[in-house]
Amino acid sequence: MPEAQTKTEAGAVAHRVEYELQLYNWMKLIRAFEERVSRLHRQNKIFGGVYSGAGQEAICTGICAPLQPGDFVAPLHRDLGVFLVRGVEPGRLMAQLMGKETGLSRGKDSFLHGGDLERGVFGSTSMLGSSLPVAVGAALKFRMKRENHIAVAFFGEGASSRGDVHEAMNFAGVRKLPVLFVCENNRYAYSTPLEKQMAIEDVADRAAAYGFAGHTVSGNDLLAVFDLTERVTRRIRAGGGPELIECKTYRFHGHSEHDAALYRDKDELVQWESRDPIPLYEFYLEKRGHDIKRIREEADARTHEILQAAVEFAEQSPYPKPEEALEDLYASPPAAGRRQAR
Amino acid sequence: MEITYIQAINQALHEEMHRDENVFVMGEDVGELGGAFKATEGLLAAFGEERVIDTPIAEALIVGAGVGAAVLGMRPVVEMQFADFISCAFDQIVNMAATLRYRHGGRASCPMVIRAPSGAGVHGALFHSQNPEAWFTRVPGLKVVAPATVYDAKGLLKAAVRDDDPVIYFEHKRLYRSLKDDIPEGDFVVPIGVAELRQEGEELSIITYGGALNQCLDAARIVAKEDGLSVEVLDLRTLLPLDREAVLKTARKTGKVLVVHEDRLTGGFGGEVAALIAEHAFEDLDAPVRRLAALDAHTAFSPPLEEYILPNTNKIVDAIRSLAAY
Repeated sequence: MPEAQTKTEAGAVAHRVEYELQLYNWMKLIRAFEERVSRLHRQNKIFGGVYSGAGQEAICTGICAPLQPGDFVAPLHRDLGVFLVRGVEPGRLMAQLMGKETGLSRGKDSFLHGGDLERGVFGSTSMLGSSLPVAVGAALKFRMKRENHIAVAFFGEGASSRGDVHEAMNFAGVRKLPVLFVCENNRYAYSTPLEKQMAIEDVADRAAAYGFAGHTVSGNDLLAVFDLTERVTRRIRAGGGPELIECKTYRFHGHSEHDAALYRDKDELVQWESRDPIPLYEFYLEKRGHDIKRIREEADARTHEILQAAVEFAEQSPYPKPEEALEDLYASPPAAGRRQAR
Repeated sequence: MEITYIQAINQALHEEMHRDENVFVMGEDVGELGGAFKATEGLLAAFGEERVIDTPIAEALIVGAGVGAAVLGMRPVVEMQFADFISCAFDQIVNMAATLRYRHGGRASCPMVIRAPSGAGVHGALFHSQNPEAWFTRVPGLKVVAPATVYDAKGLLKAAVRDDDPVIYFEHKRLYRSLKDDIPEGDFVVPIGVAELRQEGEELSIITYGGALNQCLDAARIVAKEDGLSVEVLDLRTLLPLDREAVLKTARKTGKVLVVHEDRLTGGFGGEVAALIAEHAFEDLDAPVRRLAALDAHTAFSPPLEEYILPNTNKIVDAIRSLAAY
């Protein structure tokens, strides 16, 4: 084997190792960020609805890590990780949650409804599933403009019951648009369990009816999500049409921080807690020969620093001025009473 | 050259798609068929399948996909085949499109036009006759226009395409082929948010828009001839944002106002106009503001029922006379 090639391969391996650690850091940051948010919510520093994605970090990370700048991502209310992995500054995100002027929506909307289109993150609404047609429209634009980007739309198994989801998937299938549909199946739509929502087990089965591939994957297994997403997005980017990835997962918290989730079986929660994506991935890194104790400590120290700075930035940021409530409704103020012939 | 109202719409689409390659049309049967009413006729041949997109029957998808393309810089003109079907896309319009700029803190735009063929008087019955504008005129972030002339049909559509916010464009089906006018060739726009005085008068004002304008003008001619009444007619053209100055100006001038629209009375846009006048021009009024609108029923099919429900020239004449005599 020529020496140069060996070097390249060694480089690739080193890069992969580095990258795998980066994925770990992201998951740790998402978990710590959300824990901090829950705490701030209990302290009344963050008000309104707070929807923790704890337990689902591997999905945001594994789906978004293989994406490229310019791709369009429409996350869910539980996908704080999407914002972080796409590069939204933690301080602005924290300011968003506190209703501050420096937040993504400048105080206009709560939690994750503020998007950051510069980083390809579209702000969702509370009407779950309604972002799917929007992602399809983004993909239409990529097609029309010959841009090699893809659109990614997140939805829960809960939203999969909505008509918007059907309309979007059907049209994406008809036009073979570059869309990745990501279903985060955490088994509960607020309190309603899977078996009361659908007569089948896998949302992914529905993809076949729209003429494209549907995959199921353990949403708590970061590498499985990441590797599948890499393969799938490569096909979509190459013009293969939409695909659906259904990530089987579980939320550790209730629907929102107000919800004690007493409708869930304790044993079920314990079983899923034992599949926590972070220790699962730590086990992998250890098998890879890393000193996991050191890596964990480093990640904890790093996330602590990031979060301290984010909370400080958000707390020091001003609230918007009351009269700003009337700004950002339109591009420009309405035309004055100008007259026009005829 | 004399053209019809629908030809004006078609011309505006051709010209705007030619002017800006980011403009595209999307909806049910807009391609090969050229639309159920031929509003998009010839666009497929001129601009190809990528910019003239036939969709399945999926109104939420049509509007939602329009939003997705619009936030990335495109200028979609999406069609609801009938304005009645717009209710299927209600969430995408009022929650997705209308809040988009606001919830992104002013850092996103949704430059989209939603064309909605509306209106009764064509035996369309319950689900092909509706005037659903009032569902949208209370939604911040939207603009709502309703052209009543051939000139405005073209000029307002062009303005809507160039506008950086979502605009719902209500085009009246009864006017499509009944209305003809010789309008200037070439490029012009009618600014959104500006009402137009169609007829000056002294004794009484009619404030109207859309399909009711010509009935109001006919009624004004009849009372001028038969009763010697001088009636002013204001065409709102845009409902949101409302040209408040124009409304208050005519109310203050004549002191008697009749508001006319084809949409139903209760909760109709006329209520907003009447309230505005009552609040800001009360001292100038010589009579209560009157409203004439469709009766509070669904638009029934059988001709005697439909005629009973809808406003028409005779009913407007009666309302003018009654108000003038107050």
